[in-house]
Amino acid sequence: MDIKLQQVSYAYAAGTPFEKRALYDVDLTIPSGSYQAIIGHTGSGKSTILQHLNAILKPTSGTVQIGDKRIDAGQKPKELKSVRQRVGIVFQFPEHQLFEETVEKDIMFGPMNFGVPEEEALRRAHELVGLLGLPQQVLEKSPFDLSGGQMRRVAIAGVLAMDPEVLVLDEPTAGLDPRGRKEIMNLFARLHREKGLTTVLVTHSMEDAGRYADRIAIMHSGKCVVEGTPQEVFAQTELLEDFRLELPQSVKLQRTIEEMTGHEFPTLYLTEEELAEALASYWTPNGEGMN
Amino acid sequence: MTTVVRLQDVSFTYPSEEPIKPAVSHVSYSVNQGEWIAIVGHNGSGKSTMAKLINGLLFPSEGSVELFGHRLTEETLWESRSQLGMVFQNPDNQFVGATVQDDVAFALENNGIPYEDMVQRVHSALQQVQMSEFVNQEPHHLSGGQKQRVAIAGAIAMQPKLLILDEATSMLDPQGRREVIQTLQTLRETSDVTVLSITHDLEEAMLADRVIVMNGGEKFLEGSPQDVFANREQITGLGLDLPFAANVAALLRARGLDVPSTIMSEQELVDALWTLNSNK
Ligand SMILES: Nc1ncnc2c1ncn2[C@@H]1O[C@H](COP(=O)(O)OP(=O)(O)O)[C@@H](O)[C@H]1O
Ligand SMILES: Nc1ncnc2c1ncn2[C@@H]1O[C@H](COP(=O)(O)OP(=O)(O)O)[C@@H](O)[C@H]1O
Ligand SMILES: [Mg+2]
Ligand SMILES: [Mg+2]
Repeated sequence: MDIKLQQVSYAYAAGTPFEKRALYDVDLTIPSGSYQAIIGHTGSGKSTILQHLNAILKPTSGTVQIGDKRIDAGQKPKELKSVRQRVGIVFQFPEHQLFEETVEKDIMFGPMNFGVPEEEALRRAHELVGLLGLPQQVLEKSPFDLSGGQMRRVAIAGVLAMDPEVLVLDEPTAGLDPRGRKEIMNLFARLHREKGLTTVLVTHSMEDAGRYADRIAIMHSGKCVVEGTPQEVFAQTELLEDFRLELPQSVKLQRTIEEMTGHEFPTLYLTEEELAEALASYWTPNGEGMN
Repeated sequence: MTTVVRLQDVSFTYPSEEPIKPAVSHVSYSVNQGEWIAIVGHNGSGKSTMAKLINGLLFPSEGSVELFGHRLTEETLWESRSQLGMVFQNPDNQFVGATVQDDVAFALENNGIPYEDMVQRVHSALQQVQMSEFVNQEPHHLSGGQKQRVAIAGAIAMQPKLLILDEATSMLDPQGRREVIQTLQTLRETSDVTVLSITHDLEEAMLADRVIVMNGGEKFLEGSPQDVFANREQITGLGLDLPFAANVAALLRARGLDVPSTIMSEQELVDALWTLNSNK
């Protein structure tokens, strides 16, 4: 299912003295099966865009096309339930939205709300707890007795339980420790790869955007100012500075080394492993460094 | 040198129906005036509990906490609190003012700071976190990172002796984070404020005078950033990160390149590669 934003503008509290414009004429297409990262400094409009992807917010002007559902500014869209099921959003600090007595009930709530039979919802809850690396015992516990990292995983399981086609993630690893971050990012990568889940990731980590995404959009002051592959986006150092963003650490180091040696590597290395590989072959006898 | 914080054999267990492990277990250390301490550790390792034991939100089950030379008790709490700034993980629960400016002024007003002085402090604090243009906005309408910077402004406007940050930069974008770290560095240079910062950010931890690694409620390692992060296997074994340059250096060594195992910073790595380059 493709999602297409065309000339989307949005203002909070539109028409009141407190009106606050947050998006200006945003064009963005997220093709089915892609992994799209959205980066940009705080307040640039990333979370506002995400809420358009399943029609929680409706554009003040412009059009949002979510699969076969078209949402036009000024028109009341009908029947959004299927959109909400097909596009699952993991909000920032999703654990704040847990509310059921047990983890099992909390994970089952979403799918049952969308008409999935109880037995099937139960099956999904049990499967997802394992997928998220939680012990089966947590199913019987109250979500409030879990640690922050575990609550985050339960909340993510609750969204996955609706079996969405598009998974939208708003800074999903904020506040987790390094191991927790890696495990969760790897899980999203696996779901994307193995289930073809379309993935939209808002992140402050240039490293995660570079490592996981097929395409990156940069938001700045409510506008989508750059869109391209990680190679294309991170090649534009000065532009990134203008938008108060940085290079991934590996690219930053690559640039420093290129300056020092005068040798320009043929491509950008978006992960530390890729960079180390390239540096090793450059500096190893019989490697390219010896010619 | 003045000791600002002293923990002596501190343990704390949350009240619970089932017998559970203490959240903080037999922890001792002292912090001198003007020091910058980074505390790292996995989720649930007891970092926030320790912060709450230092700011008197909790009292130890065993051992003692001293602040500014006095044992922290219900009686000394009020006196100590006025010299202590605290910024929590999630700033949403910290806002009281109707506007950003009111919010930063709130604690000053409560402490009887004269109006002229207050106005000046509020503006300077907001400037330091680059939020001056938002003075009249409602805090609740800011996005997460903006809120976090206002919370930091509120804490530093009080000109505290001890500033405790509990993952205060974890929600900021890279540049916002850098601005806050820069703010902390400037504060350290221009005042004698002591900083205790709980963080997962290695760049920030590397700037600290001392790093304390927590594991399962216990103090696991303590020392200069260089010494602490030299324990590669132990640190990664806890699920924690190492500085980026240290990771690249390790990958290079695994691929047969002769770079020192002590590399922590990008500069050290580039220097080592430069040496290889001239020997080529
Ligand atoms: N509920 C709201 N009411 C008014 N303004 C808002 C609201 N939520 C966000 N904003 C404003 O809209 C802009 C974009 O915010 P947001 O989409 O949350 O940014 P980001 O996620 O990139 O940090 C910001 O200037 C923010 O202050
Ligand atoms: N209010 C509480 N009641 C019961 N247990 C708690 C509470 N807060 C934290 N804990 C437990 O104490 C331990 C340490 O938690 P915390 O200090 O928050 O760790 P950290 O800040 O390092 O993530 C964890 O096992 C956590 O589950
Ligand atoms: Mg946001
Ligand atoms: Mg904590």
